[in-house]
Amino acid sequence: MDILYQNLLAFTRYDLIMIIIGCVLIYLAIGRQMEPSLLLPMGFGTILVNIPFSDALAGPIMELYQAGIANELFPLLLFIGIGAMIDFGPLLSNPKLMLFGAAAQFGIFFTLCMASMFFPQIDAASIAIIGAADGPTSIAVANTLGSKYVGAITVAAYSYMALVPIIQPPVIKLLTSKKERMIRMPYEQKAVSRKTRILFPIIITVVASAIVPQATALIGFLMFGNLIRECGVLESLSGTAQNVLANLITIFLGISVAFNMTADQFLKLDTLLILGLGLVAFVVDTAGGVLFAKLLNLFSKKKVNPMIGAAGISAFPMSGRIVHKMAQEEDPQNFLLMHSIGVNVSGQIASVIAGGIILNLFS
Amino acid sequence: MLTMLTAAAPELFFEPANFIQNLRYMGIGMLVIFVIIGVIILATGLVGYLFSDKPVS
Repeated sequence: MDILYQNLLAFTRYDLIMIIIGCVLIYLAIGRQMEPSLLLPMGFGTILVNIPFSDALAGPIMELYQAGIANELFPLLLFIGIGAMIDFGPLLSNPKLMLFGAAAQFGIFFTLCMASMFFPQIDAASIAIIGAADGPTSIAVANTLGSKYVGAITVAAYSYMALVPIIQPPVIKLLTSKKERMIRMPYEQKAVSRKTRILFPIIITVVASAIVPQATALIGFLMFGNLIRECGVLESLSGTAQNVLANLITIFLGISVAFNMTADQFLKLDTLLILGLGLVAFVVDTAGGVLFAKLLNLFSKKKVNPMIGAAGISAFPMSGRIVHKMAQEEDPQNFLLMHSIGVNVSGQIASVIAGGIILNLFS
Repeated sequence: MLTMLTAAAPELFFEPANFIQNLRYMGIGMLVIFVIIGVIILATGLVGYLFSDKPVS
């Protein structure tokens, strides 16, 4: 009986707080349906690693972490699945939309400057990548740079991705007038040949990797997944990558990220600051995209609805849908979905490139 | 306030000058992104032009 009491008495208030945080993550996943595929395993993993003398932490969770996160394997494998899910068709119909994806990465570099006031350079760069609005990129970059804040960065990245419908609309409304939000952009359906669809991922990989070699793995795995989808001869592999592979890796990724969610690593003032800086990154990303679109409108005869700039953050497809929904609220006959989704997938590409640039600058 | 902050989290510091020093990374980063995206747009446009599905007459 003494042993049982000893185990119970080993619980500290910090362990209990972390278990409550784990339960909150599970609640957000189930009750609010916020990124449930990742927050649920992460929440449960948080409970597992914060039980005193837990054999899960030193055993399977540490093994999974070493096998898949410490060496970046899980985020990269997940990219194959994400690449297989993305249809670049709307983007290929109008490649200029990619400029908005580039502009909406501004939050990453602004946050880098902000975070550098409080954190060492490596950690500041890792925190800044929360602005990529892309979980696997955040995990891969933070791990490669050797940041000790991987857990907090992952929580911030996925939480804010789930909160995009709450974060983006006020920023967009603040920076645009009603008249601008009502700008219509007729969608001209252009046929995209199969050869173009096949060559696109190869071009992206070669161009991005040649200029930023540190982005080769990130962009390469994403585009490899897309090539499997578009080649037309690997339907079965494409289906597996989109469903089985992506689901399996998401489970492993979520539960093994919890390795960094122990009380001693997470319950610090640093974590609160990281959450705040992550929010700054998302807000400035959104503002960067919108303001860039407004800048283009100054010089362009054919006006774009500046809201589509906000879809340049990588949170796919929520951000594209939000912009479309906001346009419809102003004018029910305004259909921006194809444009905003095109910008949204370009944000996916640009955020991975931004991750590579951060690695190039700081690793 | 800052004293309390650093006392609560000894690993943190507050160096406003670092913001200015890191602005060059902001410039380099955004420039490189736009260069890469620009090259990709040109290459994609070229591929689209060369391999567009021609209407069969």
